[in-house]
Amino acid sequence: MQEKLIFEVSSPGRRCISLPPCDVPRKSLEKMLPPQFRRKTPARLPEVSELDVVRHFTRLSQLNYSVDTHFYPLGSCTMKYNPRIHEEVAGQEGLSRLHPYQPPEQIQGMLELLYHFSGLLKEVCGLPEFSLQPAAGAHGELLGMMIVRTYHQKRGEGGRKKIIIPDSAHGTNPASAALCGFEVVEVKSNGNGLVDLEALRKAMSPEVAAMMITNPNTLGLFEKDIIDICNILHEAGGLVYCDGANMNAMLGRVRPGDMGVDLLHLNLHKTFTAPHGGGGPGSGPLGVSKALRPFLPVPRIKAVGATGRSPLQYVWDYDYPDSVGRIKAFYGHIGVIIKAYAYILSLGRKGLLKVSEAAVLNANFLRQRLSGHYDLPYTAGCMHEFVLSGRRQKKQGVTTLDIAKRLLDYGFYAPTIYFPLIVEEALMIEPTETEGKQTLEDFAEVMIKIAREIEISPKMVKGAPYNTPVRRLDEVKAAKQPDLRWSFPVDSE
Amino acid sequence: MDYVPHTTQEREEMLREIGVPSVEALFEVIPERLRKATPRLPGALSEAELVDFFKGLGGKNKHLNQYNSFLGAGVYDHFIPSVVGSLASRGEFLTSYTPYQPEASQGTLQVLYEFQTLVCELTGLDVANASMYDGATALAEAALLAIRHTERNKVMVSRTVHPEYRAVLATYLKPLEAALVEVPACEGVTDVSALKDRIDEGVSAVILQQPNFFGCLEEAEAISAIAHEKGSLLIACVNPISLGLLSPPGDYGADIAVGDAQPLGNPPFYGGPHVGFFAVRKELMRKMPGRLAGATTDLEGRRAFVLTLQAREQHIRRQRATSNICTNQNLLALRATIYLSALGKEGLMELAELNLQKSHYAKDKICALKGFSTPFGKRPFFNEFVIRLPKGLTPDSLNNRLYKRGIIGGLPLGRFYPELKDSMLFCVTENKTRNQIDALVYSLKEISRGLPRASKVRGRGAQRARKS
Amino acid sequence: MEFPQDLYYTETHEWLRVKDGEVTVGITSYAQEQLRDVVFIELPRVGKKVKAKDPCAVIESVKAAFDIYAPLSGTITGVNKELEGQPELVNKDPYGLGWMFVLKMEDLTQLQTLLNAQAYASIIKEGH
Repeated sequence: MQEKLIFEVSSPGRRCISLPPCDVPRKSLEKMLPPQFRRKTPARLPEVSELDVVRHFTRLSQLNYSVDTHFYPLGSCTMKYNPRIHEEVAGQEGLSRLHPYQPPEQIQGMLELLYHFSGLLKEVCGLPEFSLQPAAGAHGELLGMMIVRTYHQKRGEGGRKKIIIPDSAHGTNPASAALCGFEVVEVKSNGNGLVDLEALRKAMSPEVAAMMITNPNTLGLFEKDIIDICNILHEAGGLVYCDGANMNAMLGRVRPGDMGVDLLHLNLHKTFTAPHGGGGPGSGPLGVSKALRPFLPVPRIKAVGATGRSPLQYVWDYDYPDSVGRIKAFYGHIGVIIKAYAYILSLGRKGLLKVSEAAVLNANFLRQRLSGHYDLPYTAGCMHEFVLSGRRQKKQGVTTLDIAKRLLDYGFYAPTIYFPLIVEEALMIEPTETEGKQTLEDFAEVMIKIAREIEISPKMVKGAPYNTPVRRLDEVKAAKQPDLRWSFPVDSE
Repeated sequence: MDYVPHTTQEREEMLREIGVPSVEALFEVIPERLRKATPRLPGALSEAELVDFFKGLGGKNKHLNQYNSFLGAGVYDHFIPSVVGSLASRGEFLTSYTPYQPEASQGTLQVLYEFQTLVCELTGLDVANASMYDGATALAEAALLAIRHTERNKVMVSRTVHPEYRAVLATYLKPLEAALVEVPACEGVTDVSALKDRIDEGVSAVILQQPNFFGCLEEAEAISAIAHEKGSLLIACVNPISLGLLSPPGDYGADIAVGDAQPLGNPPFYGGPHVGFFAVRKELMRKMPGRLAGATTDLEGRRAFVLTLQAREQHIRRQRATSNICTNQNLLALRATIYLSALGKEGLMELAELNLQKSHYAKDKICALKGFSTPFGKRPFFNEFVIRLPKGLTPDSLNNRLYKRGIIGGLPLGRFYPELKDSMLFCVTENKTRNQIDALVYSLKEISRGLPRASKVRGRGAQRARKS
Repeated sequence: MEFPQDLYYTETHEWLRVKDGEVTVGITSYAQEQLRDVVFIELPRVGKKVKAKDPCAVIESVKAAFDIYAPLSGTITGVNKELEGQPELVNKDPYGLGWMFVLKMEDLTQLQTLLNAQAYASIIKEGH
């Protein structure tokens, strides 16, 4: 099943939407725009009818697997169900049709929303202040690193240039640190898949600015020594940054602030179920400890108390001289934040507890079912996700990539593969709490079936997928001769 | 209300199979003292209560459908055809993720390939990525690219570039200890002779915005020539709607073009999420940040799409990646793609001209009022323009009075440009009817009546913007 | 696996061929096999001064990127332009047409820090 490009269904002169008439007296174009500013040839946008547009994008959508249509056990991405009601509440014009430069008195409802949402995040995470500005998790990390840098500089310790990162970390961690001019020091995980305290102590020096740690880590294991880890860093004058990608496992029961971490970003699109949209928009609020509050970005919402006749007012406050500055135009991904807020409110405290409970239950159940059929490199009980290794299957010549492709044939999206890097032929599986027992059983059955197929006919598995809209792609060609845009036939100029 | 499907019986069965007595046992690996958190959170709401709650919050805001708004300054109120929302909200687009498995993500990948093509067409550049967080971060990442590419550590940015974009740029450059030099403005545009005097071989890039923050059109070709003479790159930050009429950045020699595609079918949403676009000349392709979709073939020789040139990205190159960006703004890029497809080749040109006609009508009418003038003379502009108010009328007091008449006025500029504290930036898109514009003009006339008469000399001729 | 006797080697899998005070650098047959299909090579700028162990080129396959380190300190005096269009030469002929860059050394005694074919081969063997 294939769909032509929208450019290929284009016909000169065909129109879709009609524009309103020009209801003001027309001036000559030449007078308004001298020729040196004018474009010489029009941009070759498609010329199609409305039905062409509808059919094209509807058909394209049908080529996707999604949470709405398929189980999507993509580890570390928390692909849970996205409630439809969130789209409705966020889309109302009283929220979506506001301009960022409207003065505060016109948008008190919005400011109140952001203020209270921030308050809920503080409660859930046990940290005293949040910035809602970061656009995504990686953006939160970047902001966090900027704050770490500024904090040390303010204390006259600008020589702290190193960030310690476990070898199991997400790639964004070292990339964010490097973007801030830090040098990355990798610490190896121990045999249990956790941060090796001895190795960590050895890595400490007066040059260490901070450690970035994910908890539960990317193997789905809780870093049980987290309190000691924070102590080791703090005693050496360093800070602890927590990548909150895996907050789903702790929701409502464990607060990162209580562990002793100084900075934490959340991924609202993961933990708080804003739809991933095929890869964004996300939202990555950053929470910090008391000592780091002065460095958060501007502006911040302030509630100005009711006095005399004037009621409580929310305003933007720019007066933070030690702030790292702005990391984004305007105030953050408001549309995503509203959905996360709606989620917390519908669940309440008990609902949040149920989330972490069911997320961990589901992961352990699936892990139990699969552990006899695939290698389980770390045997400690998992939290919300777990990592299998396809090394047993690799001996038959079938790689984890092949297994992933075969899963597509059976109507399941694939787990995250080849990550974390410390596990050979890794398959990282995160079922999330919104999947029921039946779906997990079906998935386990297919995984076991594939393990059997590998024993009997490895070649067939290597040829997968067979049932998807396209078969396996030539990625070498794509990278060697990059074709990144449609080339119009010469005569369409 | 929650979304956990397990029945009590299923839960028991699952626990039994795992071999633990209770769910609590699964959390025992966590130190006990950490498990005692009791966050103070409200009780659960039903769907109906939730709707009421947000209606209540929304009701406390004055939105752009209720009021006649003339705000722009980076966020624009354009009409959004219904096909955009209805197609983009399909669950298969909405609830999928980054197309790591291309065989099961051809929809998203093909959309990105089409989006990249559209951005190339608009900007006149060779390669575009799958999008960035917003225009401001796209601009900052463009500067980082220029620094990496030229191995020079200085960036020059015009004072006529959006102040919040410049603020983001400064935040991004600070940790790298790269110098940010501001090029002053003269009569509402970049002071080209000042640029010429101050540029040197240490400059990695010169950044201009077209149309600039004041709505004025820059002498882009002259700026481009000055930048290239010193081996610096030219980064142009552009408004995509304006490109229906204006020269594409590729034509005046921009090496990188960035901007925000919010105007292309995305609601203002109080400033986000929006979507940055990023296009470069071919030589810079492998130094780009962000995702790229490419065409290739599948096993059976059919055309198919895949994320490519991934070796630049953080999940592979980690600390040596071209950026730390992990996602794009996929859903908004999709909306922009649908919007541009629905608008079409003629439609975009017509739309741009409607913006141009209506904003010129508004500006002419306002400037004909006693005491209102433009500080920037006869500079060509697109859909925004700066108006200096009559003496005795401040932008804030004017806006307060307009608001009482159901009008959201322009942006007071004093906050960003102290030298323009008596001036405002107005935006007029195709979404404004003549009646709405006339209502603004009438209100301005009414409000300014009875003010002390403004001196005729004020407001004419050159005003050199101070560097603050 | 083939490791020509007349070359020097590094632990990071570069080979060096010395001729008239200039050193040609590429990656070993072992390294190219590990990488599989090379899709792109980012070469240093001619004239660039590099220090030993500085990353100075990048080899990319579809799902990986490897830094090539300057084996010795010196100045880059030439790069293999053919690789721009045909990166696969690194796979096809790693010791010949797949060469990457030429380095003019400041100090020839640096060569003593490198491995010979036997020593390199035994490192490979130990690793696997």
